[in-house]
Amino acid sequence: MAGTVAAARSDALNQKIKNRHRSSWYQGWKRFKRNRLAVVGLVWVVLFFLAGIIGPWVAPYDYRVGDFLAINQGPSWQHIFGTDNVGHDMFSQILYSVRSALIIALGATLVSFVIGVILGLWAGLRGGLADVIIMRGVDFMMTLPGFLFALILVVLLGRGYWSLILAIGIPGWAGYARLIRSLVLGMRNGEMVEAATALGASQAHIARRYMLPNVVGSMAVSLAFGIPGDLAQIAGLSIFGMGLQPPIPSFGNMLAAAGDNILGFPWLLYFPAGIFAITLLAFLFVADGLQEAFSPKGGN
Amino acid sequence: MSQPLLSIDNLHVRFARSEDEVYAVNGISFDVYENEALGIVGESGSGKSVTLMSSIGLLRENGKISSGTAHFQGKDLLKLKPRQLEDIRGRDIGVIFQDPMTSLNPIMRIGDQIMEAMLTHRYASRKEAFERTLQLMHEIGIPDPKSRFKNYPHEFSGGMRQRIMIAIALACEPQLLIADEPTTALDVTVQMQILALLQDLRRKRGMSVVMVTHDFGVATNFCDKIIVMYGGQIMEMARTDQFIRRTAHPYSIGLKRSIIEVGHRGKEILPIPGASKALTEEPVGCPFAARCSFATERCFQETPALRIYGEDHHIACHHAEEVARHAV
Repeated sequence: MAGTVAAARSDALNQKIKNRHRSSWYQGWKRFKRNRLAVVGLVWVVLFFLAGIIGPWVAPYDYRVGDFLAINQGPSWQHIFGTDNVGHDMFSQILYSVRSALIIALGATLVSFVIGVILGLWAGLRGGLADVIIMRGVDFMMTLPGFLFALILVVLLGRGYWSLILAIGIPGWAGYARLIRSLVLGMRNGEMVEAATALGASQAHIARRYMLPNVVGSMAVSLAFGIPGDLAQIAGLSIFGMGLQPPIPSFGNMLAAAGDNILGFPWLLYFPAGIFAITLLAFLFVADGLQEAFSPKGGN
Repeated sequence: MSQPLLSIDNLHVRFARSEDEVYAVNGISFDVYENEALGIVGESGSGKSVTLMSSIGLLRENGKISSGTAHFQGKDLLKLKPRQLEDIRGRDIGVIFQDPMTSLNPIMRIGDQIMEAMLTHRYASRKEAFERTLQLMHEIGIPDPKSRFKNYPHEFSGGMRQRIMIAIALACEPQLLIADEPTTALDVTVQMQILALLQDLRRKRGMSVVMVTHDFGVATNFCDKIIVMYGGQIMEMARTDQFIRRTAHPYSIGLKRSIIEVGHRGKEILPIPGASKALTEEPVGCPFAARCSFATERCFQETPALRIYGEDHHIACHHAEEVARHAV
């Protein structure tokens, strides 16, 4: 009798556990959803990406063609964000800008990330002299103002998409390398790796199956923080006249142009600057949410 | 008696620190026979884990084996290349660790982790490994293996995780299982379950076990033979029943006196005076001499050799007979 009760109880318990068993990714997503700001940020980021992808098709006007009969107009039904001094529709300009901003920011982040991961893994796994050299390189990069470095690279490489991606991406590797190295070092002497070694797994196998998957979460978080940083850098370069060549619309170019007319035609500043600022915030909220959801310390 | 399965002979291990060296293991020799459970008891820093970990190539980077041999199935483990050791670890020698909370890969399903042990060593095909994993999970007491296969480590309790670690260690049916403080991180009730499980698995397989622990209760319950270590040396080595009846070394006696027992409210607990410290010089004399109430001049100068004290009973003490007279 008692046996059947116990059996029934353990059956019920198993059922409960079965319904609950989900990967840590799923758990992370559940934690992410609880963070309202992060979800709002994510919605904005998704819209931003959407605008980047389909923007040129839904933009009401061509970014190259100005309407000379409607220059410097305030917001209206024809031009909801107004027009600039050659009659470009600001809304269309912004839609196009999203695309260029995203291409460069994602490209640059990817460049930094790939260099950083390779060097960080190398330093962490190999140790010894490789570690010393790479980490002194990291220190060196950290002491340089990244923006100035990027500015110099743009001057050397030119103002195209590729050169901007490289100019912003190359100086950014140090942070990623340092993060990966510290994660790898932490694990290399940890129990999990010891247990895997005791199981007879080879070093390469451990790096691939045990270490890499366990740093993906932290890397995703650092990537999420990296993108808005690079977005801001692009705009900064444009404001200095070192961004994309002007007929190509970009947030930086718009802001730089708007600065000249800030008193007469403030909407030229308000709309691009506002949208840009909200976008940066949204990215940061998402990154924050990811960190909370996936960082080892935040787990329950 | 037949050939020993694992035979460690005169093992010395040192650790390099920034300014000095630690003499962690100083001339350890013992044999493990087939179907035997050996318990190595000692306090932290006595070198008990290091002895075993160094013999299967899991020494930390700053550790160095300065001399000795560790023969397993006729091969000296200390002379094998890392690749050859990889083949033996997890295949012929299984290992379980103290902390099941951190030893499992948190983002791999537990079934996959058990399977991985077999696939790494090409012990079984993918399909066979899957079948065997379910069978192992059943054997170690995880109910409903098919659905729990997909669970992640964080969905299990400490005891359950240690069961999983055991399944991983046993996946390739090793002849020798090294258990490094397997129950230390667990609740007392769970400790006993895990020990019973290990005992059962061992009996069924005729597997040898070397268990490292600081818990006399655990060691005497589980093991056929006990080794007491101090300062990187063996103080006493005896068959468990002999050891319980005729504990002979002042250090072993001291350890036994300092155990707190349930229900012995009035019992006087006698801590061993002093503390064990890391040996930064080549040890001279008995490592325990400084804390021993029987120590004489001789103990500080001459390292006592491990000598026969009784049937299946060895001891490294100059004054064992005198100690026995006093201790009664």
